[in-house]
Amino acid sequence: MNFPQVIKINRIIEETPTVKTFIFPWEVTDETPGQFLMLWNFADEKPMSISIIDPVNDEIGVSVKMVGTFTKSLHKLQENDKLGLRGPYGNGFEIAGSRVLAVGGGIGMAPISAFTEEASRRGVEVDVVTAATTKGEILFQERLEITGANVLPTTDDGSHGFCGFATELAEKLIKNEDYDMMVVCGPEIMMKKLFAISNRYQLPGQFSLERYMKCALGICGQCCVDDVGWRICVEGPVLWTDQLKMVTEFGNYRRDSSGIKKTF
Amino acid sequence: MLEVEICDIKMKNPTVLAAGVLGSTAASLNWAARSGAGAVVTKSFGMEPNKGYPNPTTVEVEGGIINAIGLSNPGVENFRKELEKLEGKVPQIASIYGSTPEEFAHIASRVENMVDALELNISCPHAMEGCGASIGQNPDLTTQVVKAVKKSVKSPVIVKLTPNVTDIVEIAQAAEDGGADALTLINSLGPGMRIDLETARPVLSNRFGGMSGPAIKPVALHCVYQVHQRVNLPIMGVGGIMNGNDVVEFLYAGASCVQIGTAVMYRGMEVFSRINSSLQKFMTDKGYQTVEEMVGLAHE
Ligand SMILES: Cc1cc2nc3c(=O)[nH]c(=O)nc-3n(C[C@H](O)[C@H](O)[C@H](O)COP(=O)(O)OP(=O)(O)OC[C@H]3O[C@@H](n4cnc5c(N)ncnc54)[C@H](O)[C@@H]3O)c2cc1C
Ligand SMILES: Cc1cc2nc3c(=O)[nH]c(=O)nc-3n(C[C@H](O)[C@H](O)[C@H](O)COP(=O)(O)O)c2cc1C
Ligand code: FES
Repeated sequence: MNFPQVIKINRIIEETPTVKTFIFPWEVTDETPGQFLMLWNFADEKPMSISIIDPVNDEIGVSVKMVGTFTKSLHKLQENDKLGLRGPYGNGFEIAGSRVLAVGGGIGMAPISAFTEEASRRGVEVDVVTAATTKGEILFQERLEITGANVLPTTDDGSHGFCGFATELAEKLIKNEDYDMMVVCGPEIMMKKLFAISNRYQLPGQFSLERYMKCALGICGQCCVDDVGWRICVEGPVLWTDQLKMVTEFGNYRRDSSGIKKTF
Repeated sequence: MLEVEICDIKMKNPTVLAAGVLGSTAASLNWAARSGAGAVVTKSFGMEPNKGYPNPTTVEVEGGIINAIGLSNPGVENFRKELEKLEGKVPQIASIYGSTPEEFAHIASRVENMVDALELNISCPHAMEGCGASIGQNPDLTTQVVKAVKKSVKSPVIVKLTPNVTDIVEIAQAAEDGGADALTLINSLGPGMRIDLETARPVLSNRFGGMSGPAIKPVALHCVYQVHQRVNLPIMGVGGIMNGNDVVEFLYAGASCVQIGTAVMYRGMEVFSRINSSLQKFMTDKGYQTVEEMVGLAHE
């Protein structure tokens, strides 16, 4: 039932100075990477991608970047504190092909990490570009190396790994390697460039979008995108490149809580 | 076979997307139209942009959901830009709200040329002070609002009523006195609420909200039945309609067509074409030639 279950936090991992991962006891059934949960801190409720799906220990995790009021309040929480969780919602990533390029920018690495772990478990070869502004903000490098994925950190300032934008490294890799597909989550500006690259090299891709969410049930219409009208909470958040072609607002604007357009 | 007409508006079938279920953008309204809805109603909009209430704004309960979205909308001037992008494949109805007769009249006149009809939301159970049900629970205010809108526009005016009154017939008559062309019955029921066991807190940030979905169908049906008996206006029936049989019940009770809301959550946008084909099958089996023949049969 779509009702928040109030659950004690099992563990909190400090990933970087601005990102914490919260892990909850959870009977994993059909949660898939790319799906999201609604988190209730008893004052507000917001969507968060699933970043850990652990059917062995029956745990689920979300990774939260501190940006504003809601996420600040989450960062103050301790182990054993409680949060309300409902979900999972939306369509996750499909695991397809035998060689995949996964690109995560900033906190966009949250669903990418869940994807990489699951795809690697299923024997898919994954090259992961984990992109951040600087060394201290690189997410999940060690965690993903353990899965056997080829982890390629990149920083804007060159303090760790490849120096430059994720888009540059991704394009280089696509030129030289033979991928079946790419999966992407990150700032929309980054995704827009990678979408262009995916079209240029005719590499099919799956992109995870963020839009303002209220119900997450597909009824309030807050997350609908132009021109198709699809609900990002139901038909998304992950869209294939051929679907994304029809989302004319992609990379251009999004709507705030009153429905007013905000350009990127 | 499924064609209906209400206030001179011709629809290819009697299923209409209800106000506030998606419908905040032209894109989602066009999608509903392409998916088989016979007409579409926009999300209610008012004078100024409104963020609505903080989350949580929806919670599921047995037989439906409770919502307190709080009428979030970008305001009439921004909404006009959405209305411009409507494809016009099916009749389009603008749902508007305000806190005074003048506000309603102003908003109505700003959009009447862009739509086929107006629906006045005087029935939202969780709107801000002075809006929504606080108007629709008062017969005098109801008449005043309808009158003011009728005076300022030529388009048909449909008035959407709240079930949260002692006598819905009295309010329906008040709307008729104001000059309403049709009625929509009902807006979400309640208010209702849900409380979390762990924390003893109401789940919705607004604490309470409007009930919708299958659980409210019997109440909606009764409202339609009662009003059909006593008021001579065409009725759009709404509340908990999930399938073709539900539509038949509303037609029998006296609705001329129906609106569908929460079913979009359960059954996706395909719900319109699915309901239409099952309605058509029902009519064929029973030997009905037109939807109109079925309207009000439960009163005979
Ligand atoms: C499908 C999805 C998955 C997400 N996954 C993650 C994740 O794994 N980790 C993470 O840190 N963040 C994630 N987010 C973003 C997160 O929901 C919050 O928007 C963000 O953390 C800002 O919250 P805030 O209140 O702290 O900041 P604020 O300063 O209040 O908000 C900053 C911006 O966040 C956006 N935002 C605020 N509220 C919402 C809302 N209800 N729905 C959508 N966007 C909103 C708005 O663009 C706003 O301007 C996800 C969003 C979506 C839609
Ligand atoms: C999320 C949501 C938002 C709604 N917003 C509006 C609105 O803006 N204006 C309005 O008149 N009714 C609104 N309603 C009420 C519906 O139009 C409808 O009257 C009610 O939900 C009952 O029908 P249903 O059971 O088919 O959903 C809303 C309902 C829901 C569930
Ligand atoms: S958040 Fe309400 S429809 Fe997607």
